[in-house]
Amino acid sequence: MDPEPMSRRDWLKLGATGVAGLSGAAVLRMAGRSEAADAMEAAGVGQDAGYGGADTVDAGLAEDRARATPPSEVPTQADVRHSLEGTSQARMGVYEGGKPGDGFDPRQYLTEFDGGEVVQEGETTVHEYDFVALDREIEVAPGVWFPAWTYNGRVPGPTIRVPEGDVIRVNFQNAGSHPHTIHFHGIHAPEMDGVFPVVDPGEKFVYEFEARPAGLHMYHCHAVPLKRHIHKGLYGTFIVDPPGGREPAREMVMLMNGFDTNFDADNEVYAVNTAAFFYQSNPITVGVGDPIRVYLLNLTEFDFVNSFHLHAAMFDVYRTGTKPEPDEFTDTILMCQGERHILEFELENPGLHMFHAHQSEFAELGWMGFFDAVPELAADEGVPVYRYG
Amino acid sequence: MNDTVRRWTFGLLPLLLLGVMITLFVRFEPMGFMEDTSPPVQELTIDRITFPGEGTVELHVVNGGPEPVTVAQVMVDEAYWEHSIDGPRTIDRLGERTITIPYGWVAGEPHEFTLVASTGVTFSREVPVAAPTPEVNAQFLGAFALLGVYAGVVPVLIGLLWFPYLRDLSRRWLNFFLSLTVGLLLYLAVDGLVEAFEVAEMVPGAYQGVGLLALGVLGAVLALRAAGAAQESSDRGPSNLRLAYMIALGIGLHNLGEGLAIGAAYTAGELALGSFLVIGFAAHNTTEGLAIVAPVADDRPSLWHLAAMGAVAGLPTVAGTWIGGFSYSPVATTLFLALGVGAILQVAWEIGTSTLRSADQKVLVTPLNAAGLGLGLLVMYGTAIFMA
Repeated sequence: MDPEPMSRRDWLKLGATGVAGLSGAAVLRMAGRSEAADAMEAAGVGQDAGYGGADTVDAGLAEDRARATPPSEVPTQADVRHSLEGTSQARMGVYEGGKPGDGFDPRQYLTEFDGGEVVQEGETTVHEYDFVALDREIEVAPGVWFPAWTYNGRVPGPTIRVPEGDVIRVNFQNAGSHPHTIHFHGIHAPEMDGVFPVVDPGEKFVYEFEARPAGLHMYHCHAVPLKRHIHKGLYGTFIVDPPGGREPAREMVMLMNGFDTNFDADNEVYAVNTAAFFYQSNPITVGVGDPIRVYLLNLTEFDFVNSFHLHAAMFDVYRTGTKPEPDEFTDTILMCQGERHILEFELENPGLHMFHAHQSEFAELGWMGFFDAVPELAADEGVPVYRYG
Repeated sequence: MNDTVRRWTFGLLPLLLLGVMITLFVRFEPMGFMEDTSPPVQELTIDRITFPGEGTVELHVVNGGPEPVTVAQVMVDEAYWEHSIDGPRTIDRLGERTITIPYGWVAGEPHEFTLVASTGVTFSREVPVAAPTPEVNAQFLGAFALLGVYAGVVPVLIGLLWFPYLRDLSRRWLNFFLSLTVGLLLYLAVDGLVEAFEVAEMVPGAYQGVGLLALGVLGAVLALRAAGAAQESSDRGPSNLRLAYMIALGIGLHNLGEGLAIGAAYTAGELALGSFLVIGFAAHNTTEGLAIVAPVADDRPSLWHLAAMGAVAGLPTVAGTWIGGFSYSPVATTLFLALGVGAILQVAWEIGTSTLRSADQKVLVTPLNAAGLGLGLLVMYGTAIFMA
């Protein structure tokens, strides 16, 4: 009766069944709305997030929640709203299996810097990369799948990181269904700029240029229509380290992006590093008082600007990361499409520090997360300390 | 005997072949290659939104599309929100779910609800003004019964009191009033049709709102014509009393549909039932009483008949508000409004062709009749202003 092979739809269904189980949890939640412990359980914050320090997270947020809930029996409108805020999106951010069903791991992406295959060619150090453009469905929010165009099957693509002055060689192969390119930001010859030639499906092209200047850059597809090629997922981070590198710090990449899942030129999902709410249900563990460095990029389409706001702390802003002195000391930074900055800060106090877009709409549509500051965290635990060389 | 077998064979053969074709189609899926390349067609309809209490919203959802749909996320006012669903997240074709959202909604302000399917497709509905959904209890039923009586039954009965006045009129003026009745009915038919089209928009795709509407209108016309024809063949001719009852029935069906809409709109917080609105309904419906008694002005129907006709026309308003308040269904509302339209059109036609023509007049549309028809439309238009 049903000899049908596994279709795209069935595959989607499989991916989504996991979410069904969550509805039951919501009923439990409603029964005890003010119970902070329940809230944390539903939020899944207590799960092993892979950074360690899960117990502290549990206790820390439970305390926060207890303080936020007034003792009054009858909740006011504001109370209802507030008590829901701490829990609902958290629940919405619980991925079946702990991470997006397409296999992409936002924890790994956060701290994964790819130096490529290093080849010495005479005086020149060459970093060689293989990039393949692939069409692929990705899970952008729990249960919500998006037909993406990807570099190497993931959104964002790999984080390229090389010292200034070294040569980058990217062997690009287009295995997708549309013509694509890779356009790098930075200083290089126009013929290596990834506007021309456009690489048709099945074709190849080798991009080769010297990595400069030191700073935080990006790469993305520059085939037309631009808006679609970028918002479908063809982009990634490109870091050029200054000579001698930067001071050791707990380093991570946060690429702000959005997904227009119904293709109405308006994003339904916002995130850093693709997976909506992921760092909210899986807080990022860092050490109290340790230097922290965030490579922050804005690849959001449709909305002119995006922003980053850090709670309970302030950060230095190095615009485009091209100069040694900070440009600004603030807790909220506004960024246009294509802007990227390096942020440096310390968290003085232990506990959960929220970060999110200060466009509340983006925040509540997925672009929200927590740092969990843990005292005396070893250098290789949580977000590891990055040392140059 | 052989003939019977032959007849049955030829009667059933096409059906048998159709069955074989469908079986082969399902078994071998010759169109399967198209299904793999075409994107899934998904459709969900949020057909009812209620606010049962502070901090809670309930969405009633129907899958009216050809494909199962999986509700992956629920968005309220552009924010993902926690929720519970009274069943699996994957909703099969024609399946229904109630989604409960603990959300601090704000009375008197608009809210937008969006369901995001696993494919990223979205389905939205906005509530223009959020208000607590009244609890359906004895008090609610009593209030709505009273509303139905005020707006539906009493006015119709008052309208019926024109009976003695109409009885003493000359044939010419009686025809004027019959024409006026046709005008009233035509207005109601158009009014009901527009309303039915509006509600039909909310009918889940698979139930084909407009098709249902056509079915209701034509079904009512055909049923009433068939009933009339059956009676005519047994009786000597069309009875005026029957015509009056048919008008009452048509208006009753119309009022049932209208009651459903009122009850639903009220419980959904989309309607403030001020006394002004009730007065509007009452004035509007009084003319319906006139429409009912005009054809029987020549006869001497008993008071009992008049009361019965008033009840047939007016009481469905009460039933409608109750049903609409309890559980609103765009499908039922569309159907009843359509039935009302059909019934009204049929009686308008019957008055126009048989009653007016039989009054030994050579022409149907005399200046006086035309004036009556125009006045009928105008009266309905005027009284409807109060209901806006």
